[in-house]
Amino acid sequence: MIHALANPTRFLKIARPLTPILFWSGLLLALVGAWGGLTQTPPDYLQKESVRILYIHVPSAWLGMGGWSGLAIACFAFLVWRHPLANLAARAIAPVGAVFAVLCLITGSIWGRPTWGTWWEWDGRLTSMLLLFFIYIAWIALERADRERGGDGRIPALFGVAGTVLLPVIRYSVVWWQTLHQGQSLTLTQSSIDSTMLWPLLMTLPGFSLMFGGIVLMRMRAALASQRVEARLRRMAA
Amino acid sequence: MNHWPFILAAYAVVIAGVGGLSLASWLAMRSAERAADALRDRK
Repeated sequence: MIHALANPTRFLKIARPLTPILFWSGLLLALVGAWGGLTQTPPDYLQKESVRILYIHVPSAWLGMGGWSGLAIACFAFLVWRHPLANLAARAIAPVGAVFAVLCLITGSIWGRPTWGTWWEWDGRLTSMLLLFFIYIAWIALERADRERGGDGRIPALFGVAGTVLLPVIRYSVVWWQTLHQGQSLTLTQSSIDSTMLWPLLMTLPGFSLMFGGIVLMRMRAALASQRVEARLRRMAA
Repeated sequence: MNHWPFILAAYAVVIAGVGGLSLASWLAMRSAERAADALRDRK
């Protein structure tokens, strides 16, 4: 599968129709979920109305972490098989993941003010998420510097794989350090959220994920087209 | 404390962030693909 998609022509054949499908279906799901979360669910007995922020905060956190997982897989594929498309995928994922990580931090901070009484706390979960945002920025800077110096992409790829050590720290931070951030209320198999409040989250989570995929495909297509332009201009100049 | 200003601010930040990112990515893709197509047609 990975080897088949590593061919840019074959990749574009799939990516062109897939980009609008992922983006628009994701947007529709996210909008319905956000509408449900804002207007159709009851307020939480403890968090009151501010619980509605979680319908956008949780997908942002999920995609901030999921983005780094995708980046690390692409970096690993680049290191092992040297697929140039894997490098391109990592480059496309990084800014999108960074945006979702910063959205997670901002929406969490806005949620924290009415709920905890503070905008920020140096709690395990918040601090590890902030670190994830910083390593996204560091990876983007490193990859750009490597490319400008004519590097082979191995150093940013190694950094991308090594950065995955932060993901279990974020995931288990609420278990290891029981500070301000509440424990996990949603896993792949179970949820402690009542179904009357859960359903919008089950729409915004896949909705934002599909949009994430659509945006990454747009960025990959842009990078591939730019490479084609550069290659053709070089050939014309020669 | 009224929570709604916080809720609306959080949703506005996400709309601006995801909307801006989507628009920038789409514009970059469109201009790059147009440039590539224009060069191919000049062959």
